[in-house]
Amino acid sequence: MTHGTQVLDQMRPPYPAEPGAGVYSSKLGMWVFLASDVMFFTALIGSYIVLRFGAPGEWAKPGAVLNVPLTAVNTFLLICSSVSMVKAYAAIQDGKKYFLRPVPGKLLRDGGLKFWLLVTMICGAAFVSVQVVEYIKLVGHGFTPAGFREGSLLAEHAAADPIKYGVTVAGLYGSSFFTMTGFHGFHVTCGVISMTYLYFTKVLPEKYSPQDYRGIEVIGLYWHFVDLVWIILFTIVYLI
Amino acid sequence: MTTAHATETHKRPNYVMIWLYLFVLTVAEVALAFELPVSRNIKLLLLLILAVWKALLVALFFMHLKFERWRLRLIFIVPLPLAAILVTVAIMEKVF
Repeated sequence: MTHGTQVLDQMRPPYPAEPGAGVYSSKLGMWVFLASDVMFFTALIGSYIVLRFGAPGEWAKPGAVLNVPLTAVNTFLLICSSVSMVKAYAAIQDGKKYFLRPVPGKLLRDGGLKFWLLVTMICGAAFVSVQVVEYIKLVGHGFTPAGFREGSLLAEHAAADPIKYGVTVAGLYGSSFFTMTGFHGFHVTCGVISMTYLYFTKVLPEKYSPQDYRGIEVIGLYWHFVDLVWIILFTIVYLI
Repeated sequence: MTTAHATETHKRPNYVMIWLYLFVLTVAEVALAFELPVSRNIKLLLLLILAVWKALLVALFFMHLKFERWRLRLIFIVPLPLAAILVTVAIMEKVF
């Protein structure tokens, strides 16, 4: 079956749905949680907007302090993990519980749930790792939540070009940057831990089936939401 | 209810194509932010449009909101105007 021709009930697996929203309770619970998380991130982004546009000076220019190419690659990594997550979801819908299976006449093997969820976990862990490396480098160069550390490389650069580095509001910049990206990184970490738990307790023992794959669907919703939030944060924090 | 669910069918989206869209839009964003010689306000507007476009692709196709019932979509949609009000009020507090 190909993606183009396959017709199926996408989000309504054949297990009992609760009355009201018409979905099973854990999926409804995840949507309600995501709705509350929208407000959480809105509070952070709203505070950032107010701080940035109400600040007594210009913010640092995009790319002056932060490593945009590295983060663009990291963004792409998270997008890839979202695709692999949705491939895992599609795989279990089709009953593909395996890791990889040869396809007659094709060079590439067909990936199953075990393969795609593992890819998602690796991409998620790589995202967090890159973020940790970025933090270590930023702090090493002198960019901290309190602004530019005295005597650091960035403080020297900022002294030479105060407008480009936004010296007057470096503290606001540092605190908002680390708060927003830190909370997002925490969400990604929680997602990776949850997926790892599911992988070892449910996926490897093949407890999911085309009739019941609730855990995959619910963790998938969370994971895509984390990706969605990062898409917004990347633009607001790194590019503007 | 279970039977009714099972009879409603949807075509599965082409996830690889959406991934390609997201890749192209991300490249476009970075290029726009650093290479395009336009005014800051236009750049800001274009970047926000691209970000919302990408976010919509993820929500509609990866989170399958496009195929959900309106009752469930509302759970996700309702906080958005509230979020907009929150940000607007916070900005107005600063401006006035």
